[in-house]
Amino acid sequence: MIEFRDLVVSYPGARSNAVDGVTFIGARGKLTALAGPNGSGKSSIVKALLRRADIPRGSATIDGRDVRSLSYAELARNVAVVPQREEAAFPIQVREYVFLGRYPHLGLWRAPSKEDELAVDEALAQAGVQDLADRDTDALSGGEWQRVRIARALAQKSPALVLDEPTTFLDVAHEMAIFELMSSLARSGLAVLLVSHQLNLVARFADTIVLLDHGKVATSGSPTEVMRADRLEAIYGWPVVITRDPAVGAPALVPLRRPVQL
Amino acid sequence: MKQFRGWYWLGLIVALLAIAMIAVARGAVSVSLAAVIDALRGRGDPTAIAIVRNLRLPRVVLGALVGAGLGASGAALQGALRNPLAEPYLLGVSGGAAVGAVIAYALGVSSDAVITLAAFAGGIGAVFVALAVARVGGRSTRADVRTLLIAGVIVGAFANAAIMVALARAEPNTVRGALWWMMGSAADATWRRVTWLAVSILVAGGALVYWAREIDVLSLGEDTAASLGVDAERSGRRAFLLAALLAAATVSAAGLIGFVGLVVPHIARRMGLRAHRPLVLAAGLIGATLVVAADLAARTVAAPTELPLGAITALLGVPFFLVQLRRTS
Repeated sequence: MIEFRDLVVSYPGARSNAVDGVTFIGARGKLTALAGPNGSGKSSIVKALLRRADIPRGSATIDGRDVRSLSYAELARNVAVVPQREEAAFPIQVREYVFLGRYPHLGLWRAPSKEDELAVDEALAQAGVQDLADRDTDALSGGEWQRVRIARALAQKSPALVLDEPTTFLDVAHEMAIFELMSSLARSGLAVLLVSHQLNLVARFADTIVLLDHGKVATSGSPTEVMRADRLEAIYGWPVVITRDPAVGAPALVPLRRPVQL
Repeated sequence: MKQFRGWYWLGLIVALLAIAMIAVARGAVSVSLAAVIDALRGRGDPTAIAIVRNLRLPRVVLGALVGAGLGASGAALQGALRNPLAEPYLLGVSGGAAVGAVIAYALGVSSDAVITLAAFAGGIGAVFVALAVARVGGRSTRADVRTLLIAGVIVGAFANAAIMVALARAEPNTVRGALWWMMGSAADATWRRVTWLAVSILVAGGALVYWAREIDVLSLGEDTAASLGVDAERSGRRAFLLAALLAAATVSAAGLIGFVGLVVPHIARRMGLRAHRPLVLAAGLIGATLVVAADLAARTVAAPTELPLGAITALLGVPFFLVQLRRTS
């Protein structure tokens, strides 16, 4: 379980806190979505979880242990993160790449054991990329690359998984495939925390949505509770209507057109 | 992608030994390979023994060590900085070392050991200045690797400007000494210098090999590295410092020898190596072979005139890079 309690994240020189007293839980077996406008603090929360940002107040814990009390390797064994950006400079074979997910278990010198090989095979299969194992990372399409990155995180075999905007730049089919994958990973018992702009998809897949605004939790709860036109209009500053998605009846957001004032 | 095979290691080692043997045999006075082997074992003609043991062998070993240091340094840096164009001299090391050596020459120092130490101190000093600049330039107390790279370039440029100012007022002898040093040469090889370089390279290179898996993870980017249990700032800084140490040691022993640190890691990658532990080792072997070959060419191509070693490596490196560029585009 990932838990944030009254979390504050601030960057040196910034006038206001990037995250300002955020409290929520990402429970095991659930898909928790973290949404909100650009700059609302979503990625800063992920950074705090990775100990890449200072936490002047509050805490980020994993299964009850404060991330600041864990070593970097312990942290990586407890939570796997697929960051938003990844600029790999040199191509590498997909299987070798996924194997890097075993680094928190292997350290600098330990040779891979059967268990490590097995974890990598499982991760490749779970993410549906077994067939790509012998390819190079620079020969993958955008959708394949995202699945391979998720496989790398799964190879860490940690109980919690965090994905920061995993479907940016993906087309509809690949986007849906990634959401289905995350949903099934949550059902398999992982605590999955998903940072996403895709409110309509999040509303169909997530168990809980945490909607951020200016570093604070504006509203959180089930998709039906969160997806309300008045709240979303206030947060995004744009007129919207909420309808029902015809397939599964989940709330769906339709932004309206607004006459441009010249 | 090409698969690296186990026997490639044997090939790399044999290539290095073969070129080293030829380099020991060839020169102003050519010695037959059989006589070289005899001389190495302390037998045969005393003149041949003196040439092989006191002149040629230290020079060849020095060249090999310089190449190994630059190759390993470049391989680690390119991975840690995630930049295929990174090379040891970009860190400001070369400029700083040159400043150290030129100051020593300008002060009238003629002791070889003092000049070597001055160059080493200058190189390491420049790296620390670059680290400090990067910290000021970065948004936080943590120096981002890209800022570090830019800081290195800035410090190097400043150092070069300082050298030119210093040389403008210098005695002709100082200018010649400094210039020879900036062109790079293995000609002044002594066993003492070889020992000093060998120790530095074993220590810094060994440390890079020890921490090589961290560089594998670092090469995926800082956020990903952090998610895999690596403190990206600390590991990045460590790789940067060790690579700089290697470069400073080579520069202090043989002056500026360009392109080796840039090109050699790419050759190692072309052979199919990706993980940094074998990559750093192979880059060391390839770099050693390349510099020994280049030094052989520097001594023999226009004999009795000796060409600057740094110019030869650059002449070899530029066409290689153009071919590489054509293949990738």
